[in-house]
Amino acid sequence: MSDTAIQTSGLGKSYRLGTARRGYDTLRESFGRVASQAFRRAHQPPDPNERLILWALRDLSLTITDGEIVGLIGHNGAGKTTLLRILSRISEPTSGWAEVTGNVGSLLEVGTGFHPELTGRENIFLNGAVLGMRREQIRRRFDEIVEFAEIQQFLDTPVKRYSSGMSVRLAFAVAAHLEPSILLVDEVLAVGDAAFQRKSLGKMGEVASRGRTVLFVSHNLAIIQSLCQRGVLLERGGMVADGSIGETVATYLRSLERSATGDVLSRSDHDGRGYRDTMVCGLGLRDARTGVEDVVVSGNPATISVDLTELVPLIQCHLTILNSLGQPVCSFDSQALAPGDERLKDIGPHVECEIPSLPLLPGRYRIDILVRGRNQIQDGLQAATFFNVEPGVIGGRPSPAFGVEGVVVLPHTWRLPS
Amino acid sequence: MPADRRRLRFYPRVVDDELDDVERRSSVSSRLSPPDTIRLQATKGFTRLLAPAELWRYRDVALQLAMRDITVRYRQTFLGAAWAILQPLVIMVVFSVVFGSLAHVSSGGAPYALFSLSGLVPWTFFANALLMGSDSLVSNSALVSKIYFPRIFIPAGVVAAGTVDFAIALVILFVVVGIGGGHLSLGLLVLPLLIAITVAAALGVSTGLAALNVRYRDVRYAVPFTVQLWLFATPVAYSSSLVPEPWRTVFAVNPMVGVVEGFRWAMLDRPHAPWALIAVSAGTSLGLLVAGLAYFGRVERGFADFV
Repeated sequence: MSDTAIQTSGLGKSYRLGTARRGYDTLRESFGRVASQAFRRAHQPPDPNERLILWALRDLSLTITDGEIVGLIGHNGAGKTTLLRILSRISEPTSGWAEVTGNVGSLLEVGTGFHPELTGRENIFLNGAVLGMRREQIRRRFDEIVEFAEIQQFLDTPVKRYSSGMSVRLAFAVAAHLEPSILLVDEVLAVGDAAFQRKSLGKMGEVASRGRTVLFVSHNLAIIQSLCQRGVLLERGGMVADGSIGETVATYLRSLERSATGDVLSRSDHDGRGYRDTMVCGLGLRDARTGVEDVVVSGNPATISVDLTELVPLIQCHLTILNSLGQPVCSFDSQALAPGDERLKDIGPHVECEIPSLPLLPGRYRIDILVRGRNQIQDGLQAATFFNVEPGVIGGRPSPAFGVEGVVVLPHTWRLPS
Repeated sequence: MPADRRRLRFYPRVVDDELDDVERRSSVSSRLSPPDTIRLQATKGFTRLLAPAELWRYRDVALQLAMRDITVRYRQTFLGAAWAILQPLVIMVVFSVVFGSLAHVSSGGAPYALFSLSGLVPWTFFANALLMGSDSLVSNSALVSKIYFPRIFIPAGVVAAGTVDFAIALVILFVVVGIGGGHLSLGLLVLPLLIAITVAAALGVSTGLAALNVRYRDVRYAVPFTVQLWLFATPVAYSSSLVPEPWRTVFAVNPMVGVVEGFRWAMLDRPHAPWALIAVSAGTSLGLLVAGLAYFGRVERGFADFV
């Protein structure tokens, strides 16, 4: 049973940045390139345009044995999705090789692998065929898949009319029921309602317990830790840790903290979707009662302040507080206005968010930020800063010590028999 | 919650039983066990034309795609499959008026309408295969960038769906020739060969262009224009006898020359079989097929990065 399911050696994938925006060339440009190469002497430096090469994945050597459940973690743009795309044969590596033994089923995006014009029923057969299944096999599991995905009424509706939740449910149901021997999952469990997430997790655990190999990407460290035994950490396309899931998650958290201590603006993991007319250059949380930075006493008022590089019209901030397992605890969005919100003339490229009482349990937390401006995403940063919550008093009652269940403390009052 | 758990427990047993059942009954259970190892690495050079084992493995996908192309082809159209008949018939009428009656182009004794229709039937198939096939990869980008299967299925599916139209148009051709007083000749035995030449040329050119279109969107603009030029380079409206030998045989490097003249000879029961033209056209058709598939195989693994 300890056969190799996936093996990679020196695996790398590069993209020419010049073409990233448009994706394709015109013949004229290609002729031009060929011509200029023909006339260039060998010792001359290459065209500077050709040096704009991004290695999304580099020199990755990894062996995964049959039946292993591996969690793949890393920042945005670390190469996790690129690896899954190569392993599922959608794109090919630039260097190195990978060997995959067995049928591969992949769930890479919302509604992955579905043809929008085909109905749910037709898509189940198409997707099943892609997984290497015979029609009769698909037919046998058909009812099970439909029941699991909860799409009975929409079976003969084209998938383009499905909600994203519905197509994820269907995609997951097909991949999980048709039993590919290797399942590649990218963050899909983040979509869909809580009940379906729980059901999917159960199914994943079950698939895993039946000796299938699973490679799982998620930003939710709690889910990853509950499902996987082994963790692989990618950073800027390369592997930086490979070991038990606990150790790898710890390494990841340390690297998150390390990147949060340096200069915010020069970090390499700013959101790639951002227009970057303005960027986050500082973010901090201050206990408004004690005045201490990055340490808040549970229940005290706190202020999150954001510094931006430029003042652009229509600045909006979305802040998310996450616990040490990467689970979101709460988020704040400036687009939903409330009485008391202010737009100030003399504040400069600066945003503040005041929280009258921060009722978090003692522990370590981080803040993710997304900044919009001119109605575009301008910048985003995960783990922009970290802070500690110390035990305090909430509603006259000491906040519970470390290791208590839950993430927040709410003010409350008891009625007890005397 | 307990109910949930009971149901989840219930699944694996059912699944196991079915799996065993399938493996026991299926004669090609090798697809499930033992699994084969696939090596993924950068494609270098023209390594292979086709991978038969891979195509066979994904044959169900091919079937699904071809069926989709056939069912979707005339969906939301008022006339439906009548388009397959209408296209060549309308052009036949136009050609008969313009070239037959007004310009008095020689049709070698046969009624001009039959003369042009017998050329238009294979030509319409070829032109549509080029127009639709060359754009097929780009218009299926959602599929190409999200899932894996042998990419050749996409342009091949379009060509396969086109053969349905071709078959319908052929029936019409037989009917029209019958009405026009034609009779069956031994030349009809050559029709399958001529159809094979047409399909091979259409497949080769459209797979090559489809692959090229992924990288260079110029193709999208060049194809309609090229198809127009190609029509003039093919003796559909005129007879290849206008071209003197030995140039007539050279002319047949356009695979449609041999096909069109062959069709005429077979359908209109002409005395001299254009064997030389058919032979030259069969050769270029095969060459186009090999070249198209070779280029396709060389670049297909990169489609997802460009499409």
